Amino acid sequence: MARKAVDYKGSSDYIVSDELRNSVNIAIALQKPLLIKGEPGTGKTMLAQSIADSLGLKLIIWNIKSTTKAQEGLYVYDTVQRLYDSQFGESDVSDIKKYIKLGKLGEAFLTSDPVVLLIDEIDKADLEFPNDLLWELDQMSFYIPETRETITAANRPIVIITSNAEKELPDAFLRRCIFHYIAFPDPEGMEKIVAVHHPRLEKRLLEQAMETFYMLRSISNLQKRPSTSELIDWLQALVIGGINPNKIKQDLPYLGVLLKKNEDLDIILNQLHGKAQSRVQNAKGSFNRYRY
Amino acid sequence: MFTKFYYTLKDFGIPVSFNEWQLLLEALEAGMAGSSLTGFYYLCRAVLVKTEAHYDRFDQAFASFFGDIETPEGLPEKIWEWLDKELPEMEVSEAMRANHQQLDLEELKRMLEERLAEQNEEHHGGNRWIGTGGTSPFGHSGYHPGGIRIGGNTRSLSAVKVAGMRKYQEFRTDETLGVRQFQVALRKLRQFTTRLDGARTELDLEATIDKTCSNAGRLELVWERPRENGIKVLLLMDSGGSMVSYSRLCNQLFTAVNRSNHFKDLKIFYFHNCIYDWLYHDPSCSLTDYTETDYVLKTYDSDYRLIIVGDASMSSYELMRAGGIIEWGLYNDKPGIDWLRRMRQHFEYSVWLNPIPKNYWNWMEGTFTISKIAEIFPMESLTVEGLETAINKLRSRQAVQV
Repeated sequence: MARKAVDYKGSSDYIVSDELRNSVNIAIALQKPLLIKGEPGTGKTMLAQSIADSLGLKLIIWNIKSTTKAQEGLYVYDTVQRLYDSQFGESDVSDIKKYIKLGKLGEAFLTSDPVVLLIDEIDKADLEFPNDLLWELDQMSFYIPETRETITAANRPIVIITSNAEKELPDAFLRRCIFHYIAFPDPEGMEKIVAVHHPRLEKRLLEQAMETFYMLRSISNLQKRPSTSELIDWLQALVIGGINPNKIKQDLPYLGVLLKKNEDLDIILNQLHGKAQSRVQNAKGSFNRYRY
Repeated sequence: MFTKFYYTLKDFGIPVSFNEWQLLLEALEAGMAGSSLTGFYYLCRAVLVKTEAHYDRFDQAFASFFGDIETPEGLPEKIWEWLDKELPEMEVSEAMRANHQQLDLEELKRMLEERLAEQNEEHHGGNRWIGTGGTSPFGHSGYHPGGIRIGGNTRSLSAVKVAGMRKYQEFRTDETLGVRQFQVALRKLRQFTTRLDGARTELDLEATIDKTCSNAGRLELVWERPRENGIKVLLLMDSGGSMVSYSRLCNQLFTAVNRSNHFKDLKIFYFHNCIYDWLYHDPSCSLTDYTETDYVLKTYDSDYRLIIVGDASMSSYELMRAGGIIEWGLYNDKPGIDWLRRMRQHFEYSVWLNPIPKNYWNWMEGTFTISKIAEIFPMESLTVEGLETAINKLRSRQAVQV
């Protein structure tokens, strides 16, 4: 292996499971991109930050949007600027290099120190997007025809790719990645995570809040189940609001922090207050009704 | 010995390529498994398995291959936790068929009430009581043409719902060949916008040259709006019991539609056998998660291309009668056929895709309802050719005969 044995051990503000740490180290050692999937809020994006922190490397983030093209990550050739400049003669247009602007991927290749490159939410982009990057991620180099230059990574960056599974990724792309699915943390793991964010939390409050949280998550047909980041916000709200721990389960204070959809709030309230009548009955009495 | 593991994985349906296998060997050589079976397990999984949908299969394969090896630390526990709850399929003999004449709905409901009053214990198998398996008209996972299903589908929040969610994940697994072909067919469903809205982001070369020339050579850029597909699709899928046999085929279509990102909008709903007052948001068809059909008719304009996927086979009362809905405890004031007519009248571009092969339509159990529904919707079989014909029909307005 070309890379000297770097060993990612997790960082102080990010709790990493053994499985995930293993996968990260495998990806680093094999010099393959690491593809991370998991429920929203399980810390996919945070992982890259944590790796960068713990290895003392710079982090470059490439946020993918639905309109992002693979080319933009490499470089953009600003033809229009060059044309304008040639018209008004304000600067030397014979130097094409001036009009080549490197994208995030190009930037990661060109820096002299190794970096961590995060390609965030790759599934947001077009179906063919990952395929367009196959060669570049494999070889860690690309060619700029305009300047007849080849940009090659001096140090292979550690590439972390996250996906929310909105689209299936192409097989050819998957074959080149190390894959890890972040499972939702169990209560013990969750306590550790919470401890990082709220080190001085009252024990009783934490207990009650966690119980309520996992109870809410267990309700099966929520559109968006509350996740780690929402739990952390909720705890913060509970502390600021000075809520009596014994009332948490009963009153479900600040439920809006945990549940972001109206329908979900309805479902929970219906369930908890034993109001068996569903929205059907309330809304349209006349022609939709239960037999009983 | 070790290469065998590669084939074991393939046998269990994990698409491992040779490249990935080599990568694993490379990693092993570098000592990355940490000479423990658990380390090896995680290494294999990270390198060879590329979707969480295959984690379960991988665990099975791993357990079956390494199950005999004694190890002091033991295998990760969840390897052993796979489930296989499906009941064995029942053979339906002619005698059984003859035994059960199609019972009238009222009659059935009356009988069920009697049974409910009399029965006081569990029953599985057999032909009279409410239970699983068997040929009684009441219960689930059994055979009775036109019986009432109890359980296996519910509006309360129970484990059944969770099972339904698993089914949904099944919907997304890949069936590459079929999916690809379906996708190609779906590509044809496009209609370019009239360039009336959206940002001007594309350079109009001709206009730029014209403008620049008339500007005495001074550059003037002209931008225009890119052409985009304006097609919106509304997909309704039957997820009723009789559709289970066609789930593989429907998976393929579902995956293909889901992957097609060239539609301006794509909405997916589910229904059970026939469309009534509610369209459900997931295949378990539970009444806690639905949109009213009325609302869909009001909200989605008639530009939406309506694709209904279903076997159209049901008992005739489910289609023709008020109160014929299969879910016990629900009641529909309008017969299903009225709902179908309303859908058809509203959505002028619509087709019905039937997974049952076309040459079976005339003698299957659901012949009556198939022919009734085919009078309302143009019906095609769910094959690549059928989909192509259907897409052609979706491109133009079909005469509404209802």
